Order: sequence, then C-alpha cells, then structure tokens
Amino acid sequence: MVGLTGLATRAGTLAALRTPETLMSAVTTPVSRPSEVRPPSPATSAWSRWANAHRKWLFAAPAMAFVAVLIIFPVAWTGYLSLTDAEGSVRAESEFIGFQNYLDVLSDTDRFWPAVWRTALFTGVVLLVEVVLGMAIALLLWRPFRGEKWVRVAILLPLVATPVAVGMMWRLIFDPNIGMANQMLSWFGIGPQPWLAGQNSALPTTMFIDIWQWTPMVVLILLAGLTSLSDEPQEAALIDGASTWQRFRHVTLPLLMPTMIVAILLRGIDALKTFDILYATKGRGGGSFHEVETLNVYAYGLSFDYNDYGVSSTVLIIFFLIIIGVMWALTYRKKGLER
Amino acid sequence: MKPSRPFEVFRAAALAVVVFSLVAPLLWMVAASFKTNVDIYDTGKAFAFSPTLDNYDTVLQQANYVQFIGNSLWVALAATVFSLVLGVPAAYSMSRFNMKKSALVVLMARVIPGVSLLVPWYYVFSNLQMVGGYTVLILSHMFVSLPLIVYIMMSYFDGLPTELEEAALVDGLTHIGAFRRITLPLSVPGVATAGILSFIFSWNNFMFALVLSGADTKTLPVAIFDFVGYASIDWGGLMAAATVVTLPIMLITLFVQKYIVSGLTAGATKG
Repeated sequence: MVGLTGLATRAGTLAALRTPETLMSAVTTPVSRPSEVRPPSPATSAWSRWANAHRKWLFAAPAMAFVAVLIIFPVAWTGYLSLTDAEGSVRAESEFIGFQNYLDVLSDTDRFWPAVWRTALFTGVVLLVEVVLGMAIALLLWRPFRGEKWVRVAILLPLVATPVAVGMMWRLIFDPNIGMANQMLSWFGIGPQPWLAGQNSALPTTMFIDIWQWTPMVVLILLAGLTSLSDEPQEAALIDGASTWQRFRHVTLPLLMPTMIVAILLRGIDALKTFDILYATKGRGGGSFHEVETLNVYAYGLSFDYNDYGVSSTVLIIFFLIIIGVMWALTYRKKGLER
Repeated sequence: MKPSRPFEVFRAAALAVVVFSLVAPLLWMVAASFKTNVDIYDTGKAFAFSPTLDNYDTVLQQANYVQFIGNSLWVALAATVFSLVLGVPAAYSMSRFNMKKSALVVLMARVIPGVSLLVPWYYVFSNLQMVGGYTVLILSHMFVSLPLIVYIMMSYFDGLPTELEEAALVDGLTHIGAFRRITLPLSVPGVATAGILSFIFSWNNFMFALVLSGADTKTLPVAIFDFVGYASIDWGGLMAAATVVTLPIMLITLFVQKYIVSGLTAGATKG
C-alpha cells in the first residue's frame, strides 16, 4: 500500500511539473509538434477512431466475457442439475424431478445439517479469533521499530505457503504418536491428545491450522488501515486525557471499522469455502466420521467421490445462497458505517 | 507520540512469540525433510539428527517431481500472463469509467465456490477431450488469477492521477496511445504486484488441478496429496515434497515482500 501511494504521489508531482510546460509549447510553437505524433494513415485512423471511441468496452469486455462464460453457464447448469436425479456418469441420462432434491437435502439431518453447522462453526470461530489476534498483532506492529522488515517477512510466510503442504506439515506435528505437539504437551505434564485423529478434536485442530495460516492476512489488512489513519484524532484524545484503552476503544476502533469489515468480508468468504486444509488433513468426506465435513467438502465429495451430481448441485445452490446472503449483510453493514 | 520504554519491552517479547509461532512449524517441516524416517519416529532425536538428502532423492528421482515442478511452473506462468493481458486493460477501463457493476461480475469469480463450477467444466471439457491437458488447467487457474489481477489493478489505477494522461492527449496521443505509452509504463509496480500474487495463488491452487489434471499434468499440490498412500506415510518424503512446493514461494516472498503486502491489502483502506 505504502509503495503504491508513494508512486502515485510521484506521478502526480511529475504531472504537475509537466503540464504547464506542454501547454506552453502547444501555444507558442504550434508547428514543432513531437516527432512521434504524425498524422495517422487513413486506414489505421478509421480503426483507431473506432477503437478509441469504444475503448471502454474494448478493454473491459474480454475479461468480463471470459469470467461470464465460465460462471454463468456452469451456475445455470448447476441450477438445472439440482432439479434432476443426475448421478453416476456426467454423460448418463437424468430425469427432471422438480424440487425433490431440495426437500431431501433440507430434511437430511445425517450429513447436510451437520455440514451446515460445521461450516458456520468453523467460519465463526476462525473469523473471531483471526480478527481479535490480527487486531492485537497489527497494533503491535503499528509504530515503527527496528527489525520491522524481518517481522513482516515472518508474518507473510504462512500466508504464501501452499495450503496442502501446510496441511501435511501440521499432520506431522499433530501426529498422536510422533508429533511435536504431544511432545511439547508432555513437557508440561499433559497427556497425549488425539488432535486430527480424534472425533471431537479434529475440527478444532483444523480451525487452529486455518488460524495459523490466515491470521497474517487480517494483520496485513488492519495494519494498512492503521497506517492510513491520521494522527490528529489520537493526539486530540491524548490531550483530553484519554487512557490507552479509551483511545483504542473510542478513537482507533471506530475509525478502523470500515477496514475491519473488508478484512472480515475477504476472510469470511474464504473461510466459508475452506477446502485445501480440510481435504489435505482428513481426506474424503472430512474423515471417516465426517468430523470436518463442511458444506464445501460435502459438495465436493458428492460430486467427485460419489458422483451424485443432482444432490451435490442442490447443496451447492444452497451454499451459494448462504455466501451471497452473508456478503450482502456485511456490505450493507459497511455502507451503513460509512454514511 | 513516542512509545514508552515498558511498552517497547512488552512489544518486543510479544512479537518474538508471534514470529516464533509462525516460523517454527515451517522450520520443523524443513528439518523433517532432512531426517530419515527412523529419526522422525524417534522423538528423542527431534533436534539432534544427522541430516540426509535421501528424501529429496526419493521425491525428485523416483516420484517424478521434476515433471510436476515443471507443470506447476508452466500452468502458473501461463495463467498469470494470460490473466494480465485480459485483466490489466479491463481494470483500467473499470477504474477510469467507474464501472462498478461490471467489476462485480469479475469479482464474482472470487466469491463463487469452485466446486459448483467444476462439475459443468468437467462435463464440457471431458466431452472436448481436454481434461488432463494443460489448456484446461490454465483456463481454470486463470479463473483464480483474473479476479485477483482486476481487483489489484483497479485499486492501483484508482490511485494513479489522470493528469499525465490528459497531458498526453493534449500532446496528440489517442486515448489508447496514452494508456499504452504513459499509463502502462507507470503501472509496472502494480502489474508486478498483481503478477506475483497471481503466480503464488495459481501455484498454491489445489482443487481445480485435483479434478482437471491427469497423471502427467499433475501440479505440485496434487502430487503432494497423492503422496499420502493408504498404507503408512513416508513422513520424510512427504515433508521433502511439501518443502519443494513451499520453498520457492517463500524465497520469492523474501525478495518481493513489499509487492506482496501491497497486493494483499489493495483496496482494503479505501471506501
């Protein structure tokens, strides 16, 4: 962020330096134009005039078309499949069965609702911990100090590490027999824990892994927000005799709220869709007892482990609606704050 | 406002804890990749072990990882380059013409769950005999890269003043000429940021390649996942494989951390 702003300011200064001079030259010496600007040949000029007139869509349309073709068709297809009994092979015949899948899925207390619950729990817990921890770490990093650069690199490392590799790494550390985690517990006289292998401890352990990997993301966003705040409100509060906590609670936090919503939005969307860590640590179906089976893992399993496309599409459409709902609620909240 | 002395001490201690908890597991993974499986199973030898390159030998020689490294590189590079070609002009247009709704279309790609796209893609591309080929992998990874690039570049162009372009128009350049000769050269830092992040996210992507790659076109994350067999796990080999995929990214990060930070936080602090 800092680098970008710096450059933008430099460019601004450059423009300020240059504009009057070029204007002057245009006024005083109309004949001696820059050599590179020749009158274009008539053939290119027709195309060039058209291209310049339509540059808005000429530039934007290819990217939009790419995304639209790869999204709209698949989503429409998923919507259609959710109304059929498609299963087995993608080429097999399927029959239109109306909303039967939706009735089945919404009354499925065996796999579907537990998956919804796990998705909500996973997202809620990791978001809460990541925002609180991320806020604390961002505050620690806020004012400059020596060695800042190295601390920032350390914070970036988990973030850029390949999630599948991260999952494998934690599998070794959390291995009940040979893992470092249990060994460290034994130093404090605590008995071995099953971690990822336990039916009740698997989901919290994957939450821990997610928090380890993604708290840095929240730190970076909040730190960018903190750095962009002006010092004046802080100083005013200081003069008014506000304590450190009061300054944080009543000055920093409200000013930082829009940035925090962005962090929650970005992390929330990704947390809802968490797949790599869960699949890498527990494999198909979120483990033999579906301990970490969230909606995304469930839908993936239905599609590609069981080839139950109809039901899978139904789950995905519901999942999609949930994501849109959450996003809409958060953006709405952000707009309310900015008003 | 100068922080007080006790706060400085507290801050140093707290940051030391943070850095240790973030870095230690990664160092542990790298250390384990240099251990024999006997040493890994012997918890007494957690720190005192004689390093060996056997695991890397297994991974690079026997498990065909050289090919997977090549696949990952090729797919990530191609997806990044094509996404930049499509994404940078789009972001420019969306920023200058304030096309909020159009930007939303592209950013939808970041929101939608990948699984919901995979079944239709798999159907279409398997009918076209393209599943398992590089083209479909690159297309699917572009789907990750393009929204990222548009998002980063839009916030970059938003911060770039329009005066220089206006000056260029006065000098007789066309709009497109001004974009090509003035704005684009000024945007090199932004393009670098977007390109690096797009490369990293494509390199790390797992789900699309899991479904769409074939035995020869596997990318590294899928290869690591397949390394875990049903029988006992070769921990040393697995950690070597995990190190092979993570280390290049970490090295890149060391050198271009400023770009990565600016890309990850792009657009977060404006309205």
